[in-house]
Amino acid sequence: MSHAAHPAPTHYTSMGLDSRKMGFWAFIGSECLLFGSLISTYLVYQGRSVSGPTPSEILNIPVTSISTFDLLMSSLWMVLALAAVQRGDMKWAKVWLLGVAIGGAIFIGFQVYEFSSFVREGLTLRTNLFGATFFVLTGTHGAHVTVGVLWMLTLWYRAVRGKLGPENAMTVEIAGLYWHFVDVIWIVIFTLVYLLHK
Amino acid sequence: MPRYRRHLIPLALLGLGLITACGGPFPQSTLAPTSDFGVEIDRLFTGIFWWAVGVFVVVEGLLLFSILRFRHREGAPVPAQHHGHTTLEIAWTLAPAVILVFIAVPTVRSIFTTSGAPPEGALRVEVIGHQWWWEYRYPELGLVTANELHIPVGRTVVVDITSTDVIHSWWTPKLGGKRDAVPGRQNRIMFRPDSIGEYMGQCVEYCGASHANMRLRTFVDSDSGFAAWVAAQRLQPAPPAAGSTEAAGQQAFQKYGCIGCHTVAGFSAGQLGPNLTHVGSRTTIAGASMMNTEQHLREWIGNPPGMKPGSLMPDMHVSAADLPALIAYLQSLK
Amino acid sequence: MSEATGLKSWLTTTDHKRIGKLYFWTAFVFFLIGGLEALLIRGQLAQPDGTLVSADTYNQLFTMHGTTMVFLALMPLAAAFFNFIVPLQIGARDVAFPRLNAFSYWVFLLGGLFMNASWLLPHHPAPDGGWFGYATLTERQFSTGPNIDFWLLGLQILGIASLAAGFNFIVTILNLRAPGMKMMRLPVFSWMTLVTSFLMITAFPVITVALVFLMFDRVFGTHFYLPQAGGDPLLWQHLFWLFGHPEVYILILPAMGVVSEVLPTFSRKPLFGYTVVVYSGVLIGFMGWGVWSHHMFSVGLGPIADSVFALTTMLIAIPTGVKIFNWLATLWGGQLRLTTAMCFALGFIALFTIGGLSGVTHASPPADLQQTDTYYVVAHFHYVLFGGTMMGLFAGMYYWWPKMTGRLLSERLGLLHFWLMFIGMNLTFFPMHFLGLLGMPRRIYTYSHDLGVDSMNLLSSIGAVVLGLGMIVFVINMWRTRRHGATAGPNPWGGATLEWSIPSPPPVHNFDVIPTVTSRLPLWDAPPKPEPPAGHIHVPGGSWWPMVAAVGLPVMALAPLTHTVWIVFVGAAILLYGIYRWAYEPFEV
Repeated sequence: MSHAAHPAPTHYTSMGLDSRKMGFWAFIGSECLLFGSLISTYLVYQGRSVSGPTPSEILNIPVTSISTFDLLMSSLWMVLALAAVQRGDMKWAKVWLLGVAIGGAIFIGFQVYEFSSFVREGLTLRTNLFGATFFVLTGTHGAHVTVGVLWMLTLWYRAVRGKLGPENAMTVEIAGLYWHFVDVIWIVIFTLVYLLHK
Repeated sequence: MPRYRRHLIPLALLGLGLITACGGPFPQSTLAPTSDFGVEIDRLFTGIFWWAVGVFVVVEGLLLFSILRFRHREGAPVPAQHHGHTTLEIAWTLAPAVILVFIAVPTVRSIFTTSGAPPEGALRVEVIGHQWWWEYRYPELGLVTANELHIPVGRTVVVDITSTDVIHSWWTPKLGGKRDAVPGRQNRIMFRPDSIGEYMGQCVEYCGASHANMRLRTFVDSDSGFAAWVAAQRLQPAPPAAGSTEAAGQQAFQKYGCIGCHTVAGFSAGQLGPNLTHVGSRTTIAGASMMNTEQHLREWIGNPPGMKPGSLMPDMHVSAADLPALIAYLQSLK
Repeated sequence: MSEATGLKSWLTTTDHKRIGKLYFWTAFVFFLIGGLEALLIRGQLAQPDGTLVSADTYNQLFTMHGTTMVFLALMPLAAAFFNFIVPLQIGARDVAFPRLNAFSYWVFLLGGLFMNASWLLPHHPAPDGGWFGYATLTERQFSTGPNIDFWLLGLQILGIASLAAGFNFIVTILNLRAPGMKMMRLPVFSWMTLVTSFLMITAFPVITVALVFLMFDRVFGTHFYLPQAGGDPLLWQHLFWLFGHPEVYILILPAMGVVSEVLPTFSRKPLFGYTVVVYSGVLIGFMGWGVWSHHMFSVGLGPIADSVFALTTMLIAIPTGVKIFNWLATLWGGQLRLTTAMCFALGFIALFTIGGLSGVTHASPPADLQQTDTYYVVAHFHYVLFGGTMMGLFAGMYYWWPKMTGRLLSERLGLLHFWLMFIGMNLTFFPMHFLGLLGMPRRIYTYSHDLGVDSMNLLSSIGAVVLGLGMIVFVINMWRTRRHGATAGPNPWGGATLEWSIPSPPPVHNFDVIPTVTSRLPLWDAPPKPEPPAGHIHVPGGSWWPMVAAVGLPVMALAPLTHTVWIVFVGAAILLYGIYRWAYEPFEV
């Protein structure tokens, strides 16, 4: 929704903020309500399943801790990618952008592994309320990570083609906002669903 | 806007009032309550209504006055440019707040008076909504019936409401407010009917194709009348005399699969449809949507989805020869 | 600088004025469809045991009437004015994201067509679960056909259009104001657009989640709302009304904004208590989030929850009342010109007041137990949404029509339109107060003569015919204005806000020179100086990609409808490719 190849609009802006960035903050606010509704439903339905498996029987905290660490690290690389773009160091920008995409892809890989092992152990969408709320919540988050990976890859591709430079730092900054937001949401989900399960 | 048009609105309103006064009687009116619950709500509503009328008169009066008084005249100077007035703003913030206090206090009081613990000796009834009929159970009396509720006058009735399929809402307007029948939940209302009589009601939560046909009747009986009704309901219907039309009807009841869904005590134990043990004693059939006459029974059994769209009771293709016997049998179940 | 014409210029347009017109005409057609559905409803109920339509068709009609009016008529009609008027009022050349704006429109159009396509299939499986779609009735077990799928998928698509529009107008209003246009100099219509936009971006995610759960229940066999597996049908109600009540304010605040523009212009007085009116609107926006359970007093929430929601609901009457008193004070001592726009605005005050007062009667839970789900509630919200929102929007149409088209609508036909609407509206909906109190439930396709309500129903149906006549007069008025309307000039009404400082219709670039604002009422306080001739002003070019991206959404929605998984990937590919090309195409704002 941004236009990377061109400088920021020459409009007088009343708040002195880039419009795209402001719009993106509004988007993040809206996303908070999306995840807020999903997380609330998960919490309201916690312990109301009439059959197993229950969270404590099935959640694998050590494995998910690794994927959580991976996602946190990718946020760090995102910071480094933006810094590289801003100072015009496109060599490292390419490295870090690809790193973020790979970090996200690894997280998705972990989630695919987690989902398929749950299905093997007898937890599907239909099994019980825990299955339904768990898969819809973490699946929605996973879809956000997937979109983020695609976004990072397009940025990386444009950097490779020489079409990304310090003049487009705002595009990378907005992609970074998205990435950090998705990361923060995961911290909330990891804490509420995995660490504080009942 | 020519002057004569201004009289159109009051005239139209007057006409409305006149037409409203016509019609009736209104068997589902909320404005003529006959229970403590209904009277409580009516008193609360009347109080709020008169506050609303007061505000209505003030606002519409000011509006009409302004329209009549402050008209543009050619060549008039630009009016004084007032931007606001702090005292006025405070005044018309406080005024509605004060009125709301007079509405809120009785409201909260009513909420708690109508939801307290039931008094000693209350009669408990379980209401279970089905698409599209009502099941009534009297756990203390061991009775099960459908669509027509019998209760004694002057005794508090505790109605516990639930549903087996979709959300319904149980409402007998003259006896008080409605409550939703939510699957997986039990809701309660209580009321003490104060007048003997037959009261109409119906389902008020949209529940699918035949929502409009999911009606009900509530009979408030005298103490002796209620006792007699209970006694009659407890009796098992006598088996029809061999060779009689009713006996042929009972065979048809079995042959066409009616027994799969309907209970007739001592004969069948179906659970999906209404209990028909005493269907002959009811005034209505088919979710209280039609009167219990031979004609209606014939139409209903002959084409249930035609009489009640979406009806879960299918057309069992009862032959013309068997139908009169089946009807005679049902009518004999007093 | 000449404007491009032809089909391509409309399909690829990113000009907020053209998108505003597209919104207007699309929403107007949907409004006529929703009105036709209402006429069929009133035809069926004109007499007891009506046989005009079947029970199933009737249930589809009231479901689609409600859904259409809320999502496809009233919201987008307001959006038409957001688009056309807000950038002009704040002194901007366009919205902040012109292509996102085009995307919103195409998604809205396609979502509306998707939902209404159900009428055209064999056996017309149109949605039939009510606009509120209460579980468990909407679950597959009780609604086996595709009817509810059309509804829940269509609403998800439409939600995306509202979200995109919300982000766009928040940024536009906060960031693209002309120099000197401080927030407290912002015209009230733009202020209410801002509040509405915030409500849209916060409320729509909630209903999206509710609809996703329902979709999973229906398509994948989950049990979000099914009690047999521990789910709760009331979760739907909480999520729906958590969205649904802010939605009510999404519908009414823009109309309040229009009225706050029209009354001062035709009283030749500034809006009384501007600051208070603005803050009341903001307060209503916040408080709208704390009252949702007043739609659920009959579900048995318990006395404490009932009391709390009764009090919050009563509190929201205060800022609403304050607005009404400020409008009355605006009239007081003014020089009232009773143009059609002004009549509709005055009609708004008269009728919205009735809707507000009947609203207070069901803010009281015990009283509501006799009123909810009866025609009394139908009367209430039609006074709010027809007497309020529609009257306000009609005021806006007559007020801004000359700005949008350059020609004035006929005042003679306009006043006839107003009186037919005003009388028809009261004739249709006033008797419904009595119908409800006398025990007639909502959403019933038939009623018995025994209820004693035949004459009132007939009266109401006659009123609906009068409303239909009013709409015919309006359509004639719009049609003949194309050729015969008087030329408007920049400021036919003597308005005070910036949109009246430029020609009608405005040039593509709106303002030759972006004005500098020094007052809340720039045209009254400081008459405009003649502007220097325009040099080259860059205006956004067109783009196909917003429309391409929008097409991806209904394609994706075909997957759950047809139970075909690969279609999701086709739709997602179209959407992502559209967004990618859009993001990186050369496009200058």
